[in-house]
Amino acid sequence: MGSKPRLMGYRRENGTMGIRNHVIILPLDDLSNAAAEAVAKVIPGTLALPHAFGRLQFGEDLELTFRTLIGTGKNANVAAVVVIGIEPKWTQKVADGIAATGKPVAAFSIEGKGDLHVIAEASRAAAMFLQDASALEREAAEMGDMIMSIKCGESDTTSGLGSCPTTSQAVDRWVAAGGTVFFGETSELTGGENLIADRCIDDACRDLFQLTYDNYIKVIESTGANLLGSQPTQGNIAGGLTTIEEKALGNIAKTGSVPVVGVLRPAEEPDPKKKGLYFMDSSSAAAECITLMAAAGAVIHLFPTGQGNVIGNPIIPVLKLTANTKTANSMKEHIDLDVSGLLRYEYDLAKAGDMMMDVINKTVNGRLCTAEVMGHREFTFTKLYISA
Amino acid sequence: MAITPPQFLLHHDGDNVAVAMTDLQPGTLHGRSVKEGTESEAILNHAIPLGHKFALTDLADGDSIIKYGTKVGLASAAIKKGDYIHTHNMRSYRWEASRA
Repeated sequence: MGSKPRLMGYRRENGTMGIRNHVIILPLDDLSNAAAEAVAKVIPGTLALPHAFGRLQFGEDLELTFRTLIGTGKNANVAAVVVIGIEPKWTQKVADGIAATGKPVAAFSIEGKGDLHVIAEASRAAAMFLQDASALEREAAEMGDMIMSIKCGESDTTSGLGSCPTTSQAVDRWVAAGGTVFFGETSELTGGENLIADRCIDDACRDLFQLTYDNYIKVIESTGANLLGSQPTQGNIAGGLTTIEEKALGNIAKTGSVPVVGVLRPAEEPDPKKKGLYFMDSSSAAAECITLMAAAGAVIHLFPTGQGNVIGNPIIPVLKLTANTKTANSMKEHIDLDVSGLLRYEYDLAKAGDMMMDVINKTVNGRLCTAEVMGHREFTFTKLYISA
Repeated sequence: MAITPPQFLLHHDGDNVAVAMTDLQPGTLHGRSVKEGTESEAILNHAIPLGHKFALTDLADGDSIIKYGTKVGLASAAIKKGDYIHTHNMRSYRWEASRA
């Protein structure tokens, strides 16, 4: 394995460790996207996170939107946050939730003032935050300080043979080093959910996992829909995957061999004192899933792909790896690691794991991943049901 | 550990389907199992693209398709050893409504 790599990250006010140093302009709701995007144009170097929801939601669906917004702001890859909303009450609720971390937060609301006034005020705050963030320095970091998330997409049969087992290597090494990892994709465990249940660390964890899985599947199955083309996707089918069970076994092949220590609701933070592998109840749609995992604190994401997904996230690097040699060649600008040599027996799985860790270490230390270079910043909320 | 790149892989010994590692033409092929490393030969009846599957045994309509040593679907038609397997002759056993 060689000597321990030197990792450097940004230690935040509450002790969490980030690997990026974003100043974000976070709209509370769809109506505030225009002002948020304007601020990010006035102060280049800040990052607006437009999204489609935040109005007339209620109950658990509203709670999830708050958890996603606040969690995104709290993420250790974020140095400071400007929140802009149409009305002051919910805007302040989100700002207060983020400010609990101790990081700089400013809140602005549009009603009674208009976009132009708010853009001017918010831009002044953003300018100050950006300058202060630029003065922060990286310090020594450990894998145990950081949360990694995993989710695959546009999978094919090479995923279960190559890119997912390579991801497993990284999961096991990350957890062995004291770190935390999230996996999810509830529906995509179908046919192998018993394998995950068997890995749950105790009965309470297992019961919660089973209940969470059953509830999600009940919703899907109650539609009576033919899911062929949705799950598995048309891309999965083009890549040779035929059934949900076949896809699930490949998906599970990326979760390592460590026990499942806990079950999280969408965008729920893990217990910081309990490190290890967590299952998060989540959609298998890439942007939704990664948005939820980043909101729960993940600072880096591993994304095995077969047919070639282009996904990124605004605040966390999404590293894409493939064992499909056609994809590695035809979509080079989206692929961070080509492990197709594994399937040609040019090297073994441990070596593929070493290659993966090398890419992870460089990314932690600041090297941009392909999704960051290509400007992929998908920020997509999970909606549980209709708005009022 | 350099060996001749396999033309097909199966996950476990005993799986009844294999996966093409390149775009394959019909004929006799060499491959191996990932878990046990067992080398084998198999007949392919049709040209299939990289990543697609073919049968290693004869299968009757309703028989289990085994991959990863696990049941991952059912044959939805009679399948001959060497035949291409996909949505036209295999379906989910969990999601009954999901059919081509």
